[in-house]
Amino acid sequence: MKSEKQKDILGRIREALKIPAPIAHVAHRQTASSLPQPRAWLPPVPPDQAGQLAMFERNCEQLRTEFCPARGIDEAGRVAKGLREKYGWSLAASHHQVELDAVVRALGIETLYMEDHPAQTELEKCSVGITACDALVAQTGSILLTARSAGGRALSVLPPHHLVVAQINQLVADLPAAFELLAARYDGNYPSFATFITGPSRTGDIERILVFGAHGPRMLTVILVQ
Amino acid sequence: MLSSFAARFKARATRLTADLEHRVKIRSALESYEKARDERKALFQDWEAAREGAAAIKWEAVNHLDAYLVRFVEKLESRGAKVFWAGNAEEARDYIVALAKEKGARSIIKSKSMTSEEIHLNESLRQAGCEVVESDLGEFIVQLREEDPYHIVFPAMHLTRTEISDLFHKKLHSTPTDNPEELTMIARRELRLKYLRADIGISGANFGIAETGMISITENEGNARLTTAIPRVHVALMGIEKVIPKLSDLALFLPMLATAGTGQQITCYNSLIGGPRQPDEADGPAEFHLVLLDNGRTQLLADAEQRDALHCIRCGACLNACPIFRNVGGHTYGTTYQGPIGSVITPHLRGLMDWKHLSYASSLCGACTEACPVKIDLHHHLLHNRRNSVTQNPDRWERFAFRAFARLTAHPGLLDKLVRLSRPFLPLVRAARHIMPPPIKAWLGSRELPPVAPQSFRNYWKSR
Repeated sequence: MKSEKQKDILGRIREALKIPAPIAHVAHRQTASSLPQPRAWLPPVPPDQAGQLAMFERNCEQLRTEFCPARGIDEAGRVAKGLREKYGWSLAASHHQVELDAVVRALGIETLYMEDHPAQTELEKCSVGITACDALVAQTGSILLTARSAGGRALSVLPPHHLVVAQINQLVADLPAAFELLAARYDGNYPSFATFITGPSRTGDIERILVFGAHGPRMLTVILVQ
Repeated sequence: MLSSFAARFKARATRLTADLEHRVKIRSALESYEKARDERKALFQDWEAAREGAAAIKWEAVNHLDAYLVRFVEKLESRGAKVFWAGNAEEARDYIVALAKEKGARSIIKSKSMTSEEIHLNESLRQAGCEVVESDLGEFIVQLREEDPYHIVFPAMHLTRTEISDLFHKKLHSTPTDNPEELTMIARRELRLKYLRADIGISGANFGIAETGMISITENEGNARLTTAIPRVHVALMGIEKVIPKLSDLALFLPMLATAGTGQQITCYNSLIGGPRQPDEADGPAEFHLVLLDNGRTQLLADAEQRDALHCIRCGACLNACPIFRNVGGHTYGTTYQGPIGSVITPHLRGLMDWKHLSYASSLCGACTEACPVKIDLHHHLLHNRRNSVTQNPDRWERFAFRAFARLTAHPGLLDKLVRLSRPFLPLVRAARHIMPPPIKAWLGSRELPPVAPQSFRNYWKSR
């Protein structure tokens, strides 16, 4: 039955495509065979790491992502502790990952781990979700994470504060580089979920006025270990 | 003869174009968008080349749609997704309703999907005994008001905070407030419980990636992420034209969609979903269903001349730029897709004779074509629709009138004679403007009939 409908629709598509579409724009003809290179059109990014880091930081500021640099994993732990006091965190949720574990341990509060499959209602009560990530994108100020690198789907969106612990070597220049990284790391066996997170949750649905914390985290903090 | 849809359009448009308060609302809502959009566009090294590139990718995908769809579906199925091909709205609705019944679903949470508006999904699910809640803030607001989205990207742009506060007070018994942040938090609290209770999450899809078998969802609020993370079953509804060839194509489409759609460099969350939770993952839905919808799209595909209308990424930029949209407003169209793109595709999806009037409601200024990030030739398609409607159903009276006019202008002597003969009747026409036949009455409704010169230019030239 399903294959019948599939056949119907594919048949209609093939019938329709028998008449070739006019190529409306000159560039189509030039690029249809060799598809384009977006990097040359997207916003420019400095070639060196220091420039990219500065760009990422600037983007964070604009997006209202809290950016905390840390020299080494010990300082990252101290930064996390400072954040705990600043925001009054009492219960955290996280997942196991080598660099992350050290930071969460230093935080010193009760922590649920995704590996123990906490109930969603419990996860919702946490003050902060702490995750690792796959990459930081300088061009857009985005954090790229997947279900595999960041403890599944809910951890980074259900608690009201999302804390990301990233390493400086995870910083990539632009969106094309981020997709190259995804393909290099996961091709043939992609996680079922990946997302680019660009600032804390927001909406403009009421009179186009910007409000933070619509449904996802109201706060987003990145600790970048250098 | 006007179709009933055309008559309704005309009545609403007449009312709203005279509603200055409405016009101010729309203008002020779009003011900050325009500024942000232009700033983000300027960040691109070459926005025009990016448009050409995006159009080329879409051209490639749409003109090899069968191959890309097959690849897309094979990839998804190999990862445990269930794919259903729906020929029309009814088949798509029936599949989702049957699934809800099979799962014993009581409560369903939805993230924004214009395709689900197109097939009127909520109504069917409600009739089957399910509670369906829209989670996008704008959609949540218009759902409470029991009306359709006003705009494909900004569903509640026609409402003021006071109206929204009154609505929340009436429907959710919240304390009235004029603060948009407090209003947003009321909705957040209300919806949090719904996510956790929902049996099924329903989402749309902005892109389908053939190479890897994933859907891509663009949003700002996090509601689509919660909808696709929390419930046990995730159903995604996607038009067949949303397929793109490669994962890396998103490096172009994500920032272009955001720039054209909301004036952001990239939206807050851009998520890729390829199937249900995999064995090594901590959580996620146990089931993932993808409903692929045709519903007239193959008919538009068969029109090679207008095929590029299927390139649309639903950013809403053509609505925002359109002087007609900005004056008549989104609800006046009476369609799922408003503005220029809606006027172009609705006749293909729902019948040319019922919806041709939308292609006449245009100044043909071309602002839509210029705004379109994938370079759809929108204003020429409006002309194509006009031509097609006349070929399909020629108006005899109109044809006679134009033939007579052509004859007259080809014979200056005849024209001259006629003008001279009609001169004494003109004051009569002016006086009786309200009882004139339709085209004359409408024309005179907002215009003065100019006086006719005592002598024609031709005679003047001769007697000089």
